[in-house]
Amino acid sequence: MTASAPGQVRQEAGPEGVALLLTGDWTLLHYTALSRSVGKLTLDNATPVRLDLQGVGEMDSAGATLLVRLLGTERTQALPESVPGLTPERRELLLTVCNALLHPVLDTRQNRYVFGDVTARIGRASLIIGRDLVTLLDFMGRTLLTFLRVLPRPRRWRLTPLVSHIEQIGFNAVPIVALLTFLVGAVVALLGATVLVDLGLTIYTVDLVTYSFMREFGVLLTAIMLAGRTASAFTAQIGSMKANEELDALRVQGLDPIELLVLPRILALMVSLPLLTFIAVLSGVAGGGLVSHLSLDISVSRYLEIVNAVPLQHFWVGLSKAPLFAFIIGLIGCLEGFKSGASAESVGLHTTSSVVQSIFIVILLDAVAALYFMEAGW
Amino acid sequence: MEHPLLELKQIECRHRGVIAVENLNLHVNQGDLVCLLGPSGCGKTTVLRAIAGFQPVNAGEIRLRDQRISYPGYTLSPEKRRIGMVFQDYALFPHMDVCGNITFGLRHLGKAECKRIANEMLEIVGLNGMGDRYIHELSGGQQQRVALARALAPRPELILLDEPFSNLDIEMRERLSNEVRGILKQQGITGILVTHDQHEAFAMGDQIGVMSEGHILQRDTAYNLYHSPANRFVADFIGQGVFVRGTLLSPDTVKTPLGTISGDRAYEWEPGSEVELLLRPDDIVYDPDGPLQASVQQRAFKGAEILYTLKLEDETEVLSLFPSHHDFAVGDNVTVDLALDHMVVFPL
Repeated sequence: MTASAPGQVRQEAGPEGVALLLTGDWTLLHYTALSRSVGKLTLDNATPVRLDLQGVGEMDSAGATLLVRLLGTERTQALPESVPGLTPERRELLLTVCNALLHPVLDTRQNRYVFGDVTARIGRASLIIGRDLVTLLDFMGRTLLTFLRVLPRPRRWRLTPLVSHIEQIGFNAVPIVALLTFLVGAVVALLGATVLVDLGLTIYTVDLVTYSFMREFGVLLTAIMLAGRTASAFTAQIGSMKANEELDALRVQGLDPIELLVLPRILALMVSLPLLTFIAVLSGVAGGGLVSHLSLDISVSRYLEIVNAVPLQHFWVGLSKAPLFAFIIGLIGCLEGFKSGASAESVGLHTTSSVVQSIFIVILLDAVAALYFMEAGW
Repeated sequence: MEHPLLELKQIECRHRGVIAVENLNLHVNQGDLVCLLGPSGCGKTTVLRAIAGFQPVNAGEIRLRDQRISYPGYTLSPEKRRIGMVFQDYALFPHMDVCGNITFGLRHLGKAECKRIANEMLEIVGLNGMGDRYIHELSGGQQQRVALARALAPRPELILLDEPFSNLDIEMRERLSNEVRGILKQQGITGILVTHDQHEAFAMGDQIGVMSEGHILQRDTAYNLYHSPANRFVADFIGQGVFVRGTLLSPDTVKTPLGTISGDRAYEWEPGSEVELLLRPDDIVYDPDGPLQASVQQRAFKGAEILYTLKLEDETEVLSLFPSHHDFAVGDNVTVDLALDHMVVFPL
């Protein structure tokens, strides 16, 4: 087999119209080079063309398609017998391709390619996730920049909204956070009692509750609560402002929505979440204490003694995650609000999306942080 | 030569690849009130949002005070344009009182100055003493006045009004549009109004640009749009009227079923070509001795006038506006005459 040479086309202006000299192999193998070579030429429909295929080695449907596209379907159908190098086979190929181009068959079997379909979906979803991530990072950057710009100008600090948001996000959430973590604390204690009683290690139930709440459950449960309670509220508030064109109204008045709406919300969340985490830890440990007292006969003083023996470092490990979670939750809540459209339906959709996203990211970050702290030996 | 305050040069805007506005030019001089009028979806709001800076342009440029504020790849942010804007749904801040709304963008000026400006603005829009009301305590018309006061407060040179009166009832709409026109004229503020309601446009605009499918088809005074529309779309969209087929006899004479009509302007098409003649309701008047016989097909009472749909003897239907005391029932025969001041003819 001889080495195949990439096909080429050369255009020569002759006395009666244009001469096209084709050489080389017109096959799929050389498609890129061919299409580049063909792409340089333009033929208008009126010019008579003299075709020469003598130099052509092989030609397959890919090459034929390019040639037909170059010539145009009408001219292909009317190719005279006398074209040098146009064998009956080639002529048949060109006409078939020409027909296919004129009457494209819609592929109705597309849905049968299950594997391809799944891959396409994965690809599309990945692109969307990638784009969302870029948007989130962009928004994070804008928020930080705005924060840095406002920081040295105390006159522009918006203290009233900040305090008002802290009240709504933090203070009003105290009962629900305390109750929930109290119950989870009790459940963890019961679980510990059930498992550890067989080993005769019931006393370690106290450690189980204390460690888990200080390091993980306190901050995680609070963050999830706030993701549900606050991220959704942020999205709904900002989304409805957008639907009502209030955001545009702010901007034409020369005001920055990020400075006015986003910063107070995120800062309030970053203040509230650590405080609530502290309450959550206390409440969880209290719930564990109650169960220990009632079903394990561990006295309150003994319980507190053991709790007291737990190094404080575990509490700080848990608490250190709180501001980060707060930042992410607030960011996602606000961003989804800005992304929502003009309709009430869209605000609803984005509210759901903001809750799902923020809970997902909180748990993901917590897992990463747990690994990190474990490896670091803290 | 004096430069216009605002200049749109061949701008093109797209929404997700679909062209919303194409090759659009607009000049607005200091102190003008220009109105963009068109059916919904014609791109008029897109133009307004491009001027405000919410919508980037894909081609062309926008100049404000001879400074380029939008061109492909660059959009000066709305915060920095110093343009006032009034929105269709008012877009007031519900948790603030009227004063708070008006001066929200001016808080850097200090409390006393804000209070002074708020009072001044309230006086201008006729809401004296309402400064400490909350938005939900106000009627729609009052809310729109507050929105106007808020847009005027920073003393912009240019103010954009996006269908500002379409949520109000008709009476309020007319009254407020006249008032707003008065306020803008008195303050010497340039205004661009976008609306789909021609009465609003007639009441507000010095000049009206009729838009369709992303183009301005004709920019003219209300009188000229009504009496000498540049094309069929404008003729159809502005006011009422019917088209009657006819044949052009000479450049200024048309033969129609209603008779041979000579007009005040000449058309360049070949004599003998088929044309359509625009007949406004005010072109056909009641005349007991008139040459044309017609029967009443429909009547619509409008107060001082009644709009009749008349069928002429040769089955041509026309609209006619009679003073209200010429009261006919459906089916009655009337005699009418043509009183055509402006002959408007389009080729068929």
